[in-house]
Amino acid sequence: VDLKGSHRQPLSMLGLTIREVSVALREGRISPTELCRRCLNRVKKTRHLNAYITVTEELALKQAQEAETRLLQGTPKGPLDGIPFAVKDNFCTENIKTTCASRMLRDYIPPYSATVVQKLMDQGAILIGKTNMDEFAMGAGSTDGAFGPVRNPWSHAAPYREQTGAEPDSDWVITGGSSGGSAAAVASLTSYLALGSDTGGSTRNPGALCGVVALKPTYGLLSRHGLIPLVNSMDVPGIMTRSVGDAAIVLGILQGRDTKDSTTIPAPSSPTELPEVFDVKNICIGIPKEYHAPGLSEETLAEWRRVADMFERAGARVEQVSLPHTQYSIVCYHVLCHAEVASNMARFDGLEYGHRSEVNSSTEAMYASTRHEGFNDVVRGRILSGNYFLLKQNYQHYFVKAQKVRRLIADDFRRVFSSGVDVLLTPTTLTDAACYSDFKQEDNRTRSAQEDVFTQPVNMAGLPAVSVPIALSRRGLPIGLQLIGCTAEDRKLLSVAQWIEQCVEFPAISNYGDFTESRDDAVTMEWEQTSAV
Amino acid sequence: MAPPFNVASELLHNMNKQISVLCPKALCVIGRICTTSSRWHSQQHSRLKSAPQQLVGVVGLEIHAQINSNTKLFSGSPVNFSAPPNSLVSFFDGSLPGTLPVLNRRCVEAAVMTGLALNCTINRKSFFDRKHYFYADLPKIASPLLDSFSTVDTHSGTAGYQITQHRQPIAVEGILTYSLLGGKKMSQVIRKSVHIKQIQLEQDSGKSLHDDTHSQTLIDLNRAGVGLMELVMEPDMSCGEEAAAAVRELQLILQALGTCQGNMSEGQLRVDANVSVHRPGEPFGVRTEVKNINSIRYVARAIDYEIQRQISVLQRGGMVQNETRAYDSKSGETMPMRDKEGLQDYRFMPEPNLPPLIVYEDDASLPTGIDACQAVVVQKIREELPELPSVKRDRLVQTYGILPEHSFTLVNEEGLVEYFEAVMKATKKEPRKVIGWVTNELLGQLKQQDMSVSQSPISPPALAELLDLQEAGHISSSAAKQVFQEMWRSSSKTALQIIQEQDLGLVSDTAQLHSICQKVVDSHPDEVQAIKNGNKKVLNKLMGMVQKETKGRADPVLVRTILQEKTS
Repeated sequence: VDLKGSHRQPLSMLGLTIREVSVALREGRISPTELCRRCLNRVKKTRHLNAYITVTEELALKQAQEAETRLLQGTPKGPLDGIPFAVKDNFCTENIKTTCASRMLRDYIPPYSATVVQKLMDQGAILIGKTNMDEFAMGAGSTDGAFGPVRNPWSHAAPYREQTGAEPDSDWVITGGSSGGSAAAVASLTSYLALGSDTGGSTRNPGALCGVVALKPTYGLLSRHGLIPLVNSMDVPGIMTRSVGDAAIVLGILQGRDTKDSTTIPAPSSPTELPEVFDVKNICIGIPKEYHAPGLSEETLAEWRRVADMFERAGARVEQVSLPHTQYSIVCYHVLCHAEVASNMARFDGLEYGHRSEVNSSTEAMYASTRHEGFNDVVRGRILSGNYFLLKQNYQHYFVKAQKVRRLIADDFRRVFSSGVDVLLTPTTLTDAACYSDFKQEDNRTRSAQEDVFTQPVNMAGLPAVSVPIALSRRGLPIGLQLIGCTAEDRKLLSVAQWIEQCVEFPAISNYGDFTESRDDAVTMEWEQTSAV
Repeated sequence: MAPPFNVASELLHNMNKQISVLCPKALCVIGRICTTSSRWHSQQHSRLKSAPQQLVGVVGLEIHAQINSNTKLFSGSPVNFSAPPNSLVSFFDGSLPGTLPVLNRRCVEAAVMTGLALNCTINRKSFFDRKHYFYADLPKIASPLLDSFSTVDTHSGTAGYQITQHRQPIAVEGILTYSLLGGKKMSQVIRKSVHIKQIQLEQDSGKSLHDDTHSQTLIDLNRAGVGLMELVMEPDMSCGEEAAAAVRELQLILQALGTCQGNMSEGQLRVDANVSVHRPGEPFGVRTEVKNINSIRYVARAIDYEIQRQISVLQRGGMVQNETRAYDSKSGETMPMRDKEGLQDYRFMPEPNLPPLIVYEDDASLPTGIDACQAVVVQKIREELPELPSVKRDRLVQTYGILPEHSFTLVNEEGLVEYFEAVMKATKKEPRKVIGWVTNELLGQLKQQDMSVSQSPISPPALAELLDLQEAGHISSSAAKQVFQEMWRSSSKTALQIIQEQDLGLVSDTAQLHSICQKVVDSHPDEVQAIKNGNKKVLNKLMGMVQKETKGRADPVLVRTILQEKTS
């Protein structure tokens, strides 16, 4: 089935996967510059989504020109040569603004590029822009950044509008977060791949809500050098693509030891290219019973069951398993997260880089007001509680205890995997995407605790996990399921994910026409005004 | 299953309640959390009812030794103390967001080697931690100790924290043996020892320069991130002299190892002293920390001053404050410092970007897949240990039969042992005589002109030649000293050349000496008579007169024989 809707000319190229468009580039069906221009045009057409903080148009066209020369000479650098990509704005990009969606770094231009960004550039991939997020990646909605919230592209697509009769400008739904801009960039067909970061689910959560494949690799498999940290011991660069196969291609390029990051591990020797046909007969799928959590929507539960049944019918062994310490994970996650945040944010004092307050009555006063002006409430709140956890009198009680529980959570997973389970199948989120207006009813902390409930235990244990789009909900919004794998078995994880992908046939957004066409410029203008506030 | 987020929010809610109790203003001045809220003012006081006479000092030391390595502890920036400000700052040293530490193996090896030399246990596994603090910088308050431009440490690389080893340092439980010269003639060697609690690896801080006249602060990050070994010595010492001797011994060891250049005035070796007083057998008193000590001499002076100060405070019925004090070498006093008032809460946390530091006992214990060249192997480092100063001194005393105090003099001066031994190889003169030349003439000249041994214009073979000429009777000892001075001035000339040019050789011409002796005998009839009467000692007087005539060049044996003949 041609799901890409090749009869719809404007999006035919933009809706392809990396694998497909790479072939098109090589065959000369489209040139890198033309492809780049189309992506840039599409970025303009979808500005109302607020997916990008910075669009690197000039650089992108220059890179595209270079890729074109290589392709014409028949010497492409690899499968990504000439492929447009987007990067979350917490990865450093040399000579390109890197803001973390914070006033603190509003005008910060790093002098170096993150290893993962550099690796993509070295492959000839073309940087389209830096994507929007929650400030310093603290959030689960992409609603708490200094540059305004990100809109889920599915808010504007036919299924949602038809099913709910929603007014896209008032009832739009969130992307999830914190890598919402990256998810929106891939889902709205402005980039073929986007880098996110995943500390507690920040890649998988928006991936699920925006209907894209979102991979959180094994901790240490991808370099964090140049990723502005949230929680160093859990952060992993995330990969967002339109297909599982694409994620595997990108993983193959990005993985491996980096001398600039001492926590990286060598890439496994097996190839990352996924097998065309994967037999799930010998696979054991674990269904953790603790993931039947309160607040899980009926629809998501139904999809979870459906996919589990699919596995069973295909001959896989499906077993219920128990991860008994799951319930303690989120609270420990918050203690550890806030403690590291308090530490990591200490460097932002306005002296060397970033925002500096006008207050100059003393150095201390300058520090204080710089930090007050530069950080939003969420960041300041986490710094405050994190420092509290680290005080000498509290350290044992909070930080050490949380670390011990973290070990128990990792042990839970280890036990399950050593009992013969190959991958765990869980929901990625409790529900489909919430309306922005509903989402903002609760504060960031409550939302993070709710939204990360299925995703953050994986970060506590450093395991690989991937969210795969499964189906559209009754509201016409994507539902994703998560697969969790054993440490360093990212390839096996993706092989299983690809099997699901092939079975569920999740509809491409481009099937529903160009959802930007119905929109008029007034809406875009309106957004530009609000973003300036 | 209970909704997990409820547990979380309850916990977080409770925590916030407690925070607002602790520091009600914290929420509105959140930026200050790292600077002011952690400085609880809790001053410990101690009061002694009666001021006993027998109060004695208790001294422990915290020593920061800059590791002698080409690059910094966690970055590839070169280490160079004379480079222009901020010219040796990598992205990591500048704390740019997204940068990560990468451990320098050379620094680990230096710490392991130092640990071995100090008889420490080397931890096979150690950890790095973050220690958080902002330097409490108050440019408006001018320090009384410092001029308009004053150099003060700042927080490390502006990251807001220093990477150090708090939980498990690289080396623990060592011992440093040092010696003091005591007794009437300062010739008795008294051996002492001090326990080394630990050696930890950590980052050096940057420097900030306060321009008080323009009320601005300039920051130089060249030093930020340079590797340090922090050595903690237990309070096993009782006075400044002991502490100074311990520091001097440590300095010699570090220099012998090459792990630290050890120059105190350049800040390569920094000594902070923890000083308290008590009556023996009673618990230690409240201690002060004395900083800003930048020479070995000042170690002794600062500590002795501080001990005396504390004793007189207590004797006046006062109490010692737990505080940090700075030593002012001009006045010889210690004064309270403006930073680090009260208690700091460093909010230690494991450094998440560095895996545990593993060192291996020997090649056999290396796990497969680990490159032996990349690993730190204790056995290899142990084999590379050079001769340590104490061993060297014992060897010198045993091999050459020199006095212990001379072995100290030799070892204390860089290159002097090698010089002495090179002379010994080339000369037939006795070691006990050579040592006098090396420690008096040579060292005296070097000190006078502020030169190092390697700069000496007289090479060991040249000195050996001179000493051999004297030994063979070609010149007298006083002439030899003249020749030495001349060799110092014009190093191109050999001793023999100078002796010939200046006619300093011994006069052994019997006829010439007979005539000189006759002259002396004739002009001193009283003395001659005294000798004839049996007072043989007077002969020496006559001999001196003959030497005066010959400017010390007369062969003394010959002169004595002639004079004896003429006066018998």
